[in-house]
Amino acid sequence: MTESALRVAPNGFDVEAVRRDFPILERRVHDHPLIYMDNAATTQRPRQVVDAMVSYFTEYNANIHRAIHTLGYEATVAYEDAHKKVARFINAKSWREIVFVRNATEALNLVAMSWGQANLRAGDEVVVSLMEHHSDIVPWQMLRDRLGIVLKFIPVTPQGTLDLEAARRLITTRTRLVGLVHASNVLGVINPVEEIRAMAKEVGALLLLDGAQSIPHLPVDVQALGCDFFVASGHKMLGPTGIGFLYGRKALLQEMPPFLTGGDMIATVTTEGATWNELPWKFEAGTSAIAEGIGLGAAVDYLSSIGMGNVYQYEKELEHYTLERLNNCPWLTLYGHLAGDHLAVFSFNVEGAHPHDAANLLDRFAIAVRSGHHCAQPLMTHLGMDNTLRASLYLYNTRAEVEVLLGALQEVRKLLVR
Amino acid sequence: MTEIPNPNQILDVDPLMMDLLLDHYKHPHNFGPLPGADIVHEEGNPSCGDQMRMALKTHDGLIQDIKFEGKGCIISQAAASILTDLMKGESLERVKEFTKDDMLENLGIPIGPMRLKCALLALKVLKSGVYGQAHWPGEEEDE
Repeated sequence: MTESALRVAPNGFDVEAVRRDFPILERRVHDHPLIYMDNAATTQRPRQVVDAMVSYFTEYNANIHRAIHTLGYEATVAYEDAHKKVARFINAKSWREIVFVRNATEALNLVAMSWGQANLRAGDEVVVSLMEHHSDIVPWQMLRDRLGIVLKFIPVTPQGTLDLEAARRLITTRTRLVGLVHASNVLGVINPVEEIRAMAKEVGALLLLDGAQSIPHLPVDVQALGCDFFVASGHKMLGPTGIGFLYGRKALLQEMPPFLTGGDMIATVTTEGATWNELPWKFEAGTSAIAEGIGLGAAVDYLSSIGMGNVYQYEKELEHYTLERLNNCPWLTLYGHLAGDHLAVFSFNVEGAHPHDAANLLDRFAIAVRSGHHCAQPLMTHLGMDNTLRASLYLYNTRAEVEVLLGALQEVRKLLVR
Repeated sequence: MTEIPNPNQILDVDPLMMDLLLDHYKHPHNFGPLPGADIVHEEGNPSCGDQMRMALKTHDGLIQDIKFEGKGCIISQAAASILTDLMKGESLERVKEFTKDDMLENLGIPIGPMRLKCALLALKVLKSGVYGQAHWPGEEEDE
């Protein structure tokens, strides 16, 4: 790793040192310093990630797996190493359990179309939660319409936590898979995986975790979590867009049919048919996003060098601080954050101000937040939420930035509230 | 590290905050129900959750009265307020002739691609009501 990351003390967290690794944080917008709080949508990239990708392009750009020449060898090793880095990062037993895909959405589609299509029969149940991102709902709805499976939703309590009592009733002996978002992109709540895993295992169902929001912020150990599948997106964890991964237990991946087919995923092809390549290449058809995969590896290196425990600890403090400040504003409606453990993700509204207008005005303060339904319409409907503003913080955000946000929200209120 | 900018500076640089639009937003013209309307149409903008209803009282192809109801952002509400002002007393033919560019011009501020749907929601609801169909001729052009 580079010098600045090494300067971070092993049991401490130096946010100013971290910030220096992100050139974009020097940017000014409308003549104010950028305050980036849209990290649940996509994060920024440290120069270590950018440098790793540039180095592939400028020093050893070649296709992987096929070429005998030096550049091809170097690219192949770097791309495979990226799989190994991700495997270590989440404590997978083998790097062959890591399949690179475009993003978490594609990984979820892969599980539904490959595992689901091959293993589910009419009447079988898939149970997901009402907190899911659309990407863990729509693929199962497609399968429901195609195969006649039953799709059930675990509701959310008025406190914004998973309704475990209802989950106990909904997960039955007919349930084949439970799909759960590890942490909600709307409420920030971290779901109780252990309880849900116990319910799933009791009935012999698989457990799929959507870790798109969790893995950027907390230590993930797939063996300790006891999940069968885990999906994530690179661009939400300091990596580039266009790359994400599926973790699957080896025994499952080996039995699953390919998702996309064609080049690189085969062992042999004749005019009669084909046999499949070994894992994970069986699921990586066509030329991969090589630079992006290498970039994801660099992002994992970067996070590892800081230590996910340190990241979690720092963000936890930031979450407590922000929560207290937001709760001090009676004119602000905050959703969730009433019970359970949370990421520093806050959905809220300034009473009387439309979230689009508020986001527009916050942008004038160079504050980037999201406004809308956050690709989780069933959750918003269930909790009776209108569209909201969402501030999602990450390891480079500071208390000082939270103060600027609060001041700007006061201005929003003065200007927009009728 | 960062200072809270002066809000007055923001008012100066942000055309969104122009007094006229804010005034339309806070005190919309032609807002409310219209009993006895013969054309009523309601539509929403799913991306932002805005909902708008237009009601017209017409006679011999002329708009005698027009009102709107709904909730939404400054831009969508101000556009409805301005549009209903413009169309009151006009013919239904005038509604059909009135283009997206006309609407944007009457808003008087530059509308970025992210807010175009907000700016055009009122026109979409009005045109759909007048044409009696979900999409009017030319709706999808240059979007």
